[in-house]
Amino acid sequence: MSDTTYRFRQADRTLFQRLFEAPAVGKMSPAAKVVAYTLLAVWSVFVLFPIYWVIITSFKDAAAVNQGPYYLPFIDFQPTLDAWRTQFTEDPNCNVAAIGRQFGLLAHNSVAFVLSPFVTIEPMEPQICKIYLAFTNSVVISIFSTAICVLVGSMAAYALARIQYAPKFGNIMTFVLLLVGVIIATTYYGVAWWASSAVALAMFFFLVRAIGRHYKMKLKNGDILFWIISQRILPPIVVVIPIYVMFQAVKLLDTHIALIMLYAVANMPIVVWLMHDFFASLPIELEESAQLDGATRLGIFWEIVLPLTRPGLAATTLLILVLSWNEYLFAVFLATVKVQTMPIMVAAKNAGEKGIFWWEMCAVIVVMIIPVIVMAILLTRFISRGVLSGAMKG
Amino acid sequence: MAFPDDTRQPGTVPAGVPLRDRLGEWVDRHARTFFIAPCVTLILIFAIFPTIYSIFFALSRVRFTGSGLKFRYVGFRNFAKQFFGSAEVHFLGRTEPVTLFGYAVFAVIVIAVLWWLIRSIRRTTWVGMIGRTISAAMAIFLAWILCASFISGNAIGTLYTTLFYVIVGCAVQFIIGTGLAFLCSQPISGKNFFRVVFFIPLMITPLGVGYAMRMVADVSKGPIEPILNLLGFSDWIWSADAWSARFIMMIGDSWQWIPFIFICMLAALENVPRDHVEAAQVDGASSVQIFREITWPQVVPVAVTVLLIRMIEAFKIVDLPNIMTGGGPGSATESMTLNSMYIWRANDLGGSAAIAYLLLILTVVVCASFFNYVVLGQLRKARS
Repeated sequence: MSDTTYRFRQADRTLFQRLFEAPAVGKMSPAAKVVAYTLLAVWSVFVLFPIYWVIITSFKDAAAVNQGPYYLPFIDFQPTLDAWRTQFTEDPNCNVAAIGRQFGLLAHNSVAFVLSPFVTIEPMEPQICKIYLAFTNSVVISIFSTAICVLVGSMAAYALARIQYAPKFGNIMTFVLLLVGVIIATTYYGVAWWASSAVALAMFFFLVRAIGRHYKMKLKNGDILFWIISQRILPPIVVVIPIYVMFQAVKLLDTHIALIMLYAVANMPIVVWLMHDFFASLPIELEESAQLDGATRLGIFWEIVLPLTRPGLAATTLLILVLSWNEYLFAVFLATVKVQTMPIMVAAKNAGEKGIFWWEMCAVIVVMIIPVIVMAILLTRFISRGVLSGAMKG
Repeated sequence: MAFPDDTRQPGTVPAGVPLRDRLGEWVDRHARTFFIAPCVTLILIFAIFPTIYSIFFALSRVRFTGSGLKFRYVGFRNFAKQFFGSAEVHFLGRTEPVTLFGYAVFAVIVIAVLWWLIRSIRRTTWVGMIGRTISAAMAIFLAWILCASFISGNAIGTLYTTLFYVIVGCAVQFIIGTGLAFLCSQPISGKNFFRVVFFIPLMITPLGVGYAMRMVADVSKGPIEPILNLLGFSDWIWSADAWSARFIMMIGDSWQWIPFIFICMLAALENVPRDHVEAAQVDGASSVQIFREITWPQVVPVAVTVLLIRMIEAFKIVDLPNIMTGGGPGSATESMTLNSMYIWRANDLGGSAAIAYLLLILTVVVCASFFNYVVLGQLRKARS
């Protein structure tokens, strides 16, 4: 068959035949392309429509929400800023300077808390309106808890990737049994928690040597890593009631520190799990040569290892930041008045007597999701570089 | 002659070094403790200690008094209440009239589970056998509840509502998420745009998702309302029927969590070597064949791991039912976490802790079974 007949037949095919011909290598057939783009477009609409609806509803007034669905601003309805105005400027305390004041107040109160054993400083009461209060609370809590979580978690992940651990199983069981003893003593016999803890700790140090000599079964790094990661299975509802009581006992209920610590611990398994893979994939020679030059472990971690894993660290940090920004259950239980976060404030708007003011609610939701969507766009850039894929190798 | 200032070797502290250096040396010798201690301490204080403490709540009747909490030991009464007592219908569902079909399905499941257990006696160690017995017991218990409630035409309780979100929700999310990831891993243009768009819902707070879904699904003034009218559903209210409420909840949950499956599966699919696929294409394999024979076997280990992570998170669902229906109609959309939360609000701390513990046991057994029999099996197959 000559070249010309081949070309002729190529041009002579009907549209239908062209649609279903075998594709070139590394390409898709036209029919498959049509199907693929249709599905992707449909899914994009499904994903984006609720977000679009929330955003336009925040610019509607009561009539435009209640009289039925209006889809397009300026055509179906006249957008107004009423919802935003009532949320952000109606109250005389609601102005942008209030956010600055709130941060100053938080600093003052934390200093007062830290110095409370030595000096009595009266904590300041918040003066600003609810939305700014919730916003600053959310910002402070998520940033600090993320910082603690990522720092502590990546230190543990690094140690598990590089240093051999072999704690004795018997010692751990002793520790747990003494913990149970402490709880029984304080719960049923009314012993002060610090006294029983001190006795238990002393007994633990006394027993460690005796037990270590007899029961030699040891845990390895993999076991410890698995133990830390498996903490994610624990449903938060199991721990939240005792934690409520614990915080009540040490007067930490309704403080920022409580939520910061809780969020940090809840997200710790994710950090350890993700960062362990990044650290394990680093070449060990770098650290060994640094050690020969006299660098300390902490120095190696801080100056060599962390900068090398910066992309992974950034992705993990953003992920944890988003998770603690969105956290709901712990906040519902533990944040009653002063440390209400954004999710709690939005949920509380549900309980109005005249029904829900959807337009105001939507304005708050938009404020809540804008920082997060920015982070989502940043995070996909990291992920598309194949950073998180390292953690998914199994 | 100039000597370098600091000539000491690691591990040796000569006499006369300043205190600061000696302290640094001490820190370095105990570096392994300093690295792991904060993490382990925090987990012990905020996860292990409360988990143990929670047992004491679950076994007691707890009262708030002026001087603190008063515990009165009541044994397993808080747990028994969920299975045989006042909360039975709420927790397990209505299990009373069991139909013949229900008994038949139950018998088939029991025989299958026991057959699996007996067959595995020869293969595993006795530790493995204990684990398998626990899994089998849980499977038979769940099968009985399912056959007595749902299959016999009775209402289901919070136990199976939670499992519905986990099993059906995860299956739907996995299928759609993997499908989207497969589409996005094909040579199409605008990949990055779709990747960003599909990723966004994962980052939005579940609470915002709940309200957005509630608005979109609103039957009197929501955006879907004209379409529903066109289809003849003008007087239909989704939140008044148990199953439609559950399905709307599941759609909201899927809207949020499909991106997670999508992004992980996309990473896995893009790690599949391009030349394997192209070689198969040159050999004339159809795209279905390529997916089944080449791509899928390479991503299965990641797929089961992702599914496990998603399952673990799905057991904790609380915000969406709380916001969208408040657990209603009746208790149709209440997950176990939400149930526990409501009981906590009614000041029954013991009952709340008991439900939380049942959720913990359920989660651990289901997830550990899935991990041992599916994930480890697939990982082993991939390594060999």
